Amino acid sequence: MEFSFVPIILSLKVALASVIIVACSSIPIAGLMAKRKFWGKDVIESIITLPLVLPPSVIGFMLLVFFGKNGPMGKLLEQLFHIRVVFTLEGAVIAAAVVSLPLMYQSVKVAMESVDQNLEKAARTLGAGELKVFFTITLPLAWNGIVAGLVLAFARSLGEFGATLMIAGNIPGKTQTMPLAIYFANESGDTRQASILVMIMTVFSFLVIYGLNRWGKGSQQRDSRGGGNNV
Amino acid sequence: MFRAHFKKKLPTFELEANISLNNGILALVGPSGAGKTTILQCIAGLQTPSWGAINIRDKAVFSSEHGTDVPIRNRRIGYVFQDYALFPHMTVEKNVMYGKPKKGNIPNKALTVTNVLEMLKIGHLRNRYPNQISGGEKQRVALARALMTEPELLLLDEPLSALDQDTRSTLQQELLKLQTQWKIPFILVTHDVQEAEMLGNQIIKLDRGKQEEIKGAKKLVKAQ
Repeated sequence: MEFSFVPIILSLKVALASVIIVACSSIPIAGLMAKRKFWGKDVIESIITLPLVLPPSVIGFMLLVFFGKNGPMGKLLEQLFHIRVVFTLEGAVIAAAVVSLPLMYQSVKVAMESVDQNLEKAARTLGAGELKVFFTITLPLAWNGIVAGLVLAFARSLGEFGATLMIAGNIPGKTQTMPLAIYFANESGDTRQASILVMIMTVFSFLVIYGLNRWGKGSQQRDSRGGGNNV
Repeated sequence: MFRAHFKKKLPTFELEANISLNNGILALVGPSGAGKTTILQCIAGLQTPSWGAINIRDKAVFSSEHGTDVPIRNRRIGYVFQDYALFPHMTVEKNVMYGKPKKGNIPNKALTVTNVLEMLKIGHLRNRYPNQISGGEKQRVALARALMTEPELLLLDEPLSALDQDTRSTLQQELLKLQTQWKIPFILVTHDVQEAEMLGNQIIKLDRGKQEEIKGAKKLVKAQ
């Protein structure tokens, strides 16, 4: 059978869209969570982190209930934008975003919490409002954590299998991403297609982890140079 | 004219501050944990007093009676932190520029970054990052950054404690000079009695939230 690149392209599309959604949602949420105290904070935090520990089938089932034809979000999206999520690439994007959100969120939150509060206070005494403090102090100083979170979320989105299968199905050329293509190629005895995709995924994942480790060490060295940022 | 009379409940004692300052330097002296930094933070708006009133140039920035609590950014207070709190990702020039009032909102048009940098003798450092300069230079940058906002009151939290003796003496002289040039009240926190004597026109000794006012260095020596 001829090797198909379509699953790779679909996977990249899904991962890219997922990372954009995850970045736009997790940065403001992590900013609020790291810097503010409010009622119900622990509950919200637990809900965001839940996909990290739940089995993919549970997430897939919940997404189906929520975004299905008769689900609350499913109905809303259908009525407002005529968008259907089940058995479409949008469904795969949602599944990927839900499972990669906790990784990005944790990474960004830890980075923001570690920003020296005195620097934020100093900015306030210099006349900065909360938004200026966030964009000129907190965000740039948490940049390492944000980049690490983005890379991890991208890699996790690329590898998403279980929840994607349940909500987006396995439609070749439409919703069949790399992990699905590997599973079904193997099932149907197409070892060649399966092994090429397996190699691509493994090499890519290795490069991500290796690159992150190298970059992390590099930024540590940059920080400690010249006595560090001991402000 | 700066006036503040407030109380703040702390875990182990209640802090009471009663300060009135026309011009010049007020030195707050006392051991660690006496509540010196808390007083500065309450004045700046970084902490909220449990009771009282704070007026800068006869304008109320805090009043528990009238429910006034002006946000930090509108209090027009310069604050020099103990560890300088320079932004590590910005150059000296960007640090100093950070709080510069926006165009059309500048009371003193002659105040430029170059002037302030030259006044504090750090013009040659403008393109350096905080981790590339010495402790004394960091302190000058922190002072320049606070003065650039054209504050009506300058708060200094142990500004010289981390410096060696020579740098310290030089900066003490410069603080006195800066105060006469800028003509705004300075409130300086220190645990060093001699430093308080040298810099303060007015000295308040603080111990576990209780203050004892000693106007003049000689009296302080007697009180010790």
